[in-house]
Amino acid sequence: MKALVSVKNLTRIFDVSKPWLNRVIERKPKAMLTAVSDVSFDIPEREVYALVGESGSGKSTIGKMIVGLLTPSSGSVEVNGIDLSRETDAEKIDLVRSDIQMIFQDPFASLNPRWKVRDIIAEPVAARGGNTEGLSERLLEQVGLSAEDAGKFPHEFSGGQRQRICIARALASEPKLIVCDEPTSALDVSVQAQVLNLMSDLKDEFGLTYLFISHDLTVVQHMADKIGVLYLGRLVEEADPETLFTRPAHPYSQMLLAAAPKMDGFGREVAPPQGEIPDPINPPPGCAFNPRCPLAIPLCKQERPELRDVNGARVACHRAEEALARMRDSVTA
Amino acid sequence: MSDMDVIEAAKAAEKGRIARFRESDFFWKFRASPVAMVSFAVTVILVLSAVFAPLIAPYNPFDPASLNLMNGFSAPGVPNAFTGETFFLGTDDQGRDVFSTILYGMRISLFVGFAAVSFALVLGVTLGLIAGYVGGWTETIIMRIADVQLTFPSILVALLIFGVAKGFTPVEYRDQMAIWVLIIAIGLSDWVQFARVVRGATLVERNKEYVQAARLIGRTSPAIMLRHILPNVLSPVLVIATISLALAIIAEATLSFLGVGAPPTQPSLGTLIRIGQGFLFSGEWWILLYPAATLLTLALAVNLLGDWLRDALNPRLK
Amino acid sequence: MSEPVLSVRDLVVEIPTRTGVLKPVDRVSYDITEGEILGVVGESGAGKSMTGNAVIGLLDRPARISGGEILLKGRRIDNLNRDQMRRIRGKEIGMVFQDPLTSLNPLLRIGDQLTETMLAHLDISADEARDRSIAALDEVGIPAAASRIDSYPHEFSGGMRQRVVIALALCAEPALVIADEPTTALDVSVQAQIIALLKRLCRDRGTAVMLVTHDMGVIAEAADRVAVMYAGRLAELGAVREVVQRPRHPYTEGLMGSTPLASRGQRRLRQIPGSMPRLGKLPAGCAFHPRCPKAQEACRVDPGPDLSADQGRAACWFPVEQVEVAE
Repeated sequence: MKALVSVKNLTRIFDVSKPWLNRVIERKPKAMLTAVSDVSFDIPEREVYALVGESGSGKSTIGKMIVGLLTPSSGSVEVNGIDLSRETDAEKIDLVRSDIQMIFQDPFASLNPRWKVRDIIAEPVAARGGNTEGLSERLLEQVGLSAEDAGKFPHEFSGGQRQRICIARALASEPKLIVCDEPTSALDVSVQAQVLNLMSDLKDEFGLTYLFISHDLTVVQHMADKIGVLYLGRLVEEADPETLFTRPAHPYSQMLLAAAPKMDGFGREVAPPQGEIPDPINPPPGCAFNPRCPLAIPLCKQERPELRDVNGARVACHRAEEALARMRDSVTA
Repeated sequence: MSDMDVIEAAKAAEKGRIARFRESDFFWKFRASPVAMVSFAVTVILVLSAVFAPLIAPYNPFDPASLNLMNGFSAPGVPNAFTGETFFLGTDDQGRDVFSTILYGMRISLFVGFAAVSFALVLGVTLGLIAGYVGGWTETIIMRIADVQLTFPSILVALLIFGVAKGFTPVEYRDQMAIWVLIIAIGLSDWVQFARVVRGATLVERNKEYVQAARLIGRTSPAIMLRHILPNVLSPVLVIATISLALAIIAEATLSFLGVGAPPTQPSLGTLIRIGQGFLFSGEWWILLYPAATLLTLALAVNLLGDWLRDALNPRLK
Repeated sequence: MSEPVLSVRDLVVEIPTRTGVLKPVDRVSYDITEGEILGVVGESGAGKSMTGNAVIGLLDRPARISGGEILLKGRRIDNLNRDQMRRIRGKEIGMVFQDPLTSLNPLLRIGDQLTETMLAHLDISADEARDRSIAALDEVGIPAAASRIDSYPHEFSGGMRQRVVIALALCAEPALVIADEPTTALDVSVQAQIIALLKRLCRDRGTAVMLVTHDMGVIAEAADRVAVMYAGRLAELGAVREVVQRPRHPYTEGLMGSTPLASRGQRRLRQIPGSMPRLGKLPAGCAFHPRCPKAQEACRVDPGPDLSADQGRAACWFPVEQVEVAE
């Protein structure tokens, strides 16, 4: 299947140093935060690729680099075979740009409070000088609101309705790819179900491709065709949901799945995961997960594991086979 | 019903700006606050009477033909000993009706005030928006200039600008130029407040997701600043503008009182007070008192209105 | 059964506004017994946090308690004045909020905050308070507690900060802890740690816990009983296993069904149509009836049977009859 988006060795480093004068006075070196480190994956057309991870995993940074809000420090993002950060033909860039849209997390901050819904939704088309007559009204009905809502202001809507407006805006320029950055994490459960269903329906109707960014494993499991698990800016495991949720091969994925609350976990007494996410400015050497990993060996502190094929998934772990074996034992036990 | 009918019906059902305003919390808070309503009413009355001064004032105090020196020093409401004419608020040494001079003086005070604040607002908001949105060296330079300016008292800055401008203008134009120099002097000493507030608000708005959405769409930076950010940073600007107006009127009065502001041929309230204070101890108190009282009322009303606006528009106090 | 630690009877909270009086909490009753964790669950605006705030006397003006009673160990606390209430907070009721930064004073060392609370509520010496503070930090799993006691809140990570808050909430050995979304701001792995900690400490000490959250998974794992709130009213109250697996109120059923976990393997998630009405625009009768698949005439008129602590589980005229599935 053809890849719509191809991410290659993507890296993003932020300069989080104090101002120059403070550094001189306190004699501190520049502080660099590697938010995303050497991440590669492909998103096939008409599929949902999900990135999961906890805070500091770099999932949002990857999303922003794909839509072009941030430029990569190194590596590349190719959409339809065009590398956005290196392409010089402005017309080509513009064409690719209109193929990518984004849905943000906070439905209250992502709509300009002074604009009418009609103008908000039509903006992607209006900015390119397209015909917007009746566009917003049509899109509003498509996302389950009514045409009359076009004349209202964002504050007249609930969180779920606003997220529908955001989806309508994302659809306006008829994109191929929509990057969804935690689209339902600000919503209540019953509203989340409505929005997720709507997104699934629209995907089928318009032949969309989603990059779905979330920290919520249950949502990802429901939506994704393929899942990439991130830890401290690195892709540690990539698998389809079936494989990931039944046979996670990376110790971090295993820990994440075990820690997630379960609806049938009444009075569950599990040993909670150890430790916390380390400081991303000074990540541990070797595999970033080694200080928390129950299976760590000296090699894990020395050499950063590369992604390799293990049991139908891509896993970046020296001890993936052992981790899988341990997993099987705990299930049978 | 066809699509177009639905759209037309939807457009027709939209509420107009006035209807939306009448239903807003803002209007409701206004109706609930006697201070706001009274100060608003006083401000409106004063501004209107200044604007329509030629229609309201019984005399034109600056038309030498209508002046009668014999009317000089008439006490308020008492018929003049020589001419028998009665003046509501009395007359000054040259026989000018105090009521009329106040109306005309207020015109100049308000004009200078509005013009100076508009000048400061445009300058401050523009620089603040650019500093907040662009960041980097541009921001550093703009905000350092603002910081330096803040270390000088604004009257001092105005005096300085006034003095420099005076040196460059030929004598015969000096009176005409005075008003404009006054506007620039007060405006230049006032833009910092606007710039700081707008920069702060812009820094907040810039990181909101709707601005990112606009960038994603491919909007240019000027378009984002003007169409997206500017409308969302305007409410604190409105508050500062109102309070600045009161301060600008007082600054103008101060400069005029010191003799570096509006010339006696075009007297503002400050000039009138300066002229009037010479007569206070010789018993003609009305020449000083009525312009001073007008200035006080005007500044107080505008200031109270500004204070109320600040509270009403502050989301934290809701 | 022993006397409940907390007993809320027909609690009503009102907010007067220009358009009328809103009732974010409307005739809510429940008990929490010693060592029990009561989960209070609902969507945003359901009134779950407001109930907790009413119990600890921290309602933001103009909201106020306008009816009902709150009893702490048999003693009424809803009519106490601010000073009396302040003495009860911390001493008899501990609090854990969503954002640990707001519950810790950023300018004080955490040790000082702990000893201050202990000295205010317990009859002990300053040295003893310090020793106990170190023990408390140790107990909530702060590594090297003795050396970290003199750190400031900003020197801790989010998860560690929430541990400090829990230590602070428990240090005066209160009978009741109110935890309002204690894990919402935390990552999944840290959330599991905090929930496990809260459970362990409260079970060991016999502390009653009111756990307010929107996360059904957290409730299922931590709570003994669960109260489901909808538009200010209790929709359902019962043992957690019963409520989660065999919900009786159509709202609870919809809420459980709409989580992605419950619809595992299905193409579409089950969803409740519409959204929760705003407080100012509550429909007459049962507030859920416009979204309810089983609504009948009675639901449009009457708000449903009262859900008092001892009778009935669901405040619904036509509760879902669960067919026992042979397992």
